[in-house]
Amino acid sequence: MPILETVRLEKRFGGIVAAHDVSLAIEQGARHALIGPNGAGKTTVINLLTGVLTPTAGSILLDGRDITTLLPHERVRLGMARTFQINQLFLELTPLETIGLAVSERLGSGSDWWRVVGSKPAVTEEIVEIVERFRLADVMHERTAILPYGKQRLLEIALAFACRPQVLLLDEPAAGVPDAERHELLATIAALPKEVTVLLIEHDMDLVFSFADRISVLVNGGLLVDGAPEEVARDPRVKAVYLGEELDA
Amino acid sequence: MLTILFDGIAYGMLLFVLACGLSVTLGLMNFINLAHGSFAMAGGYCTVVLVNRLGVPFALGLPIAFLVTAAIGGLLERTLYVHVYARSHLDQVLFTIGLVFMSVAAVDYVMGSSQQFVVIPEALQGQFIVFGIGMSKYRLLIILICGLLTLALQLMIAKTRFGSRLRAAVDDRRVARGLGINVGAVFAATFAFGSGLAGLGGALGAEILGLDPTFPLKYMIYFLIVVTVGGTSSITGPFLASILLGIADVAGKYYVPKLGAFVIYTIMIVVLIWRPQGLFARSTAR
Amino acid sequence: MIPVADDVSAFLARRARWSPLELAFWVFAFATIWLFPGKHLILTETAILALFALSLDLILGYAGIISLGQAAFFGFAGYIAGLVAKYGIINEPVIALILAGLAAAALGFVTSFLVLRGSDLTRLMVTLGVALMLGELANRFSNITGGADGLQGVNIAPIFGVFHFDMFGHTGYVYCLIVLFICFLIARRIVYSPFGLSLRSLKGNTLRASAIGIPVNRRLVAIYTVSAGFAGIAGALLTQTTAFCSLDVLSLDRSADLLLVLIIGGTGYLYGGLIGAVIYKFLQDWIASLTPQYWQFWIGLVLVVIVLVGRERVEEWTTEVRGFLARLGARIVTRPAAVGGAAPDGH
Repeated sequence: MPILETVRLEKRFGGIVAAHDVSLAIEQGARHALIGPNGAGKTTVINLLTGVLTPTAGSILLDGRDITTLLPHERVRLGMARTFQINQLFLELTPLETIGLAVSERLGSGSDWWRVVGSKPAVTEEIVEIVERFRLADVMHERTAILPYGKQRLLEIALAFACRPQVLLLDEPAAGVPDAERHELLATIAALPKEVTVLLIEHDMDLVFSFADRISVLVNGGLLVDGAPEEVARDPRVKAVYLGEELDA
Repeated sequence: MLTILFDGIAYGMLLFVLACGLSVTLGLMNFINLAHGSFAMAGGYCTVVLVNRLGVPFALGLPIAFLVTAAIGGLLERTLYVHVYARSHLDQVLFTIGLVFMSVAAVDYVMGSSQQFVVIPEALQGQFIVFGIGMSKYRLLIILICGLLTLALQLMIAKTRFGSRLRAAVDDRRVARGLGINVGAVFAATFAFGSGLAGLGGALGAEILGLDPTFPLKYMIYFLIVVTVGGTSSITGPFLASILLGIADVAGKYYVPKLGAFVIYTIMIVVLIWRPQGLFARSTAR
Repeated sequence: MIPVADDVSAFLARRARWSPLELAFWVFAFATIWLFPGKHLILTETAILALFALSLDLILGYAGIISLGQAAFFGFAGYIAGLVAKYGIINEPVIALILAGLAAAALGFVTSFLVLRGSDLTRLMVTLGVALMLGELANRFSNITGGADGLQGVNIAPIFGVFHFDMFGHTGYVYCLIVLFICFLIARRIVYSPFGLSLRSLKGNTLRASAIGIPVNRRLVAIYTVSAGFAGIAGALLTQTTAFCSLDVLSLDRSADLLLVLIIGGTGYLYGGLIGAVIYKFLQDWIASLTPQYWQFWIGLVLVVIVLVGRERVEEWTTEVRGFLARLGARIVTRPAAVGGAAPDGH
């Protein structure tokens, strides 16, 4: 059974159809990429999956369970986390505090109001472990607002990871990251545990083809092709859509 | 019962004339001007001084109130308000509350704190009885004047060049500027005009609403309710909202005297929960 | 434990500890009981205002909810405290205080859903609307509330049956100061807790907060309720120490003055309300001695000037002061947060 499934997902905004008849089936542990030209509706799909948008039709199943009507934070509790294309971080908090929030919340102590942050060793250990895994230890006490963009992007991913998701949705993780910091970012993504299912939106074809074991192509809100990288690279329709752009890895 | 309807409509139209300036300001510059009521008060007192003390005829007192208040509005806009446009809503609220406090205290100092009454000409006192409905002559005048004003406003916005510039600027300020529309001038003119209308409304309404230095504070919530319920992206929205509120308020106070005022508060809260951008606003909220 | 985790734990614990400056502040605060025996009446007002401002700081400085309607909870509890005393329903002030505070919290809970949706502007209007509505209610039901004349014939029994409220306000002041301190302790606990941290995330970016599993609305409702409770306690204290309650506890003036207090003192570090209240009271006392009747005019002018000058400049001033205090060893929880400034949260 696929761990994440959408059944004929549709989203209309008034007269505009942002997504229609989107049916995806993603197996556990998959490295699945969602590609398509700008405006194809990729971020809409992610927003629908995470609950930021409500579909006008269709349903979403996480590990067999219908989550179509659940609120965003409820989906996180069930094991789905995402990153944003444009960093959505808590600029006034430090990376330590930011990751701390996610971990606390997950371990159920997020609403504790009577004890001091950091007084539960198990929680603190996990926070530090994540901070170090994502190479943020040297900046963990700095205000997020002053961190370099690459570090912020790492934090963005670390934050999603801190939710220990079954399914991780990455929305253009490499976007805007300067070349010098790209390598660190890509290495981190490649090092994600095998059990975590990753759905990746990307424009960077090198990253897509080196990372994904399955690719879906979204055009004008609809799925054009869905298959293994070689099939997708060979498909003439896909080539036509990208107007001759080089797809071979 | 029809008298209540009649009174309610009169009240509603008066509210509209008073509040439409606020609505346009909010929709146009995303600026919340809680001091709007102060302009209304200014117009009211201006008329009081002119008609009661200087013997100016009522018919003349009204337009002069409009002009004087519009002038004050324009002046304040260019000197003070313009510095606050880019600020956060909280700043704007604090600023305008500050202005309200100042105006209330100043008027109290100059004119005293007792309620003022405008001397209404003989011709407007009393009422007509038409088909058994008692229609106060004064309220009839209000309906007439406000009705004409609303029509004129609607025509101006829909048909004139200024109107289309205004609509463009409300829709999207940046694009409007990009098209060469002098948004600053549009706003200055609109603000002055809106303030003038408030002043006119204050002058007309002195008889019905009561005029004293606490006017801006007392009626602030009414204007806010009109704007909340009616939305800020059209003229018809606040117009319909005002009529609705006018009738609801008058009827409420008549049938349920103790709780009458709460009818409109309840409407406001219900609307805000259900449709945060107003009952009549377009669905594309900013 | 991993060494680094050890360090982090120690760091966080250290941050939450009482700094010498904080201790000095409270020692001095309590010392004023003996240092200024003739000023207890105005000090009582200051303590009440400080608690009131603290309540607003919790929602504004930490959770980012702009409210012009805290006076609603202040006044609501004020009237309840007065009424239970007047009609002898509850004769012990402390119990009445707790009851009034709970009532205000309940009112906060019930109205909290109004501030969950909508922009800053909607929140401003809704909170203002609720406060004005309550004011109107109090006015209408003047047979209960005493209307414009205020609640008459309120007699406050001695605290615990032992401490009488005296004419010079000695008992009243000690009472208020203790209550303020207790509430402050609770607020401090909240602010340094995981819950408090999540509030700061809500202020920064609610989209992201919900994306990491934080139940945004639940948290907002919780802090709004607590804040309403504190505001209510402040209002009840006012009634109990003055044996009087009138319509102006629900007025716009109160809510506006409160914002001014927080602007002066700064938000987001708990002491802003307290310090701001002290400065505000000095200001008020001074201006009132010059022009008692038109005090409102000068408050309005101060508001206008502050906004024109720019709250950022006032912020800078408070930031500098706080930096200075930090160097002296005070632990400041957060970086100074702009009051009501638009946070870049990607909406």
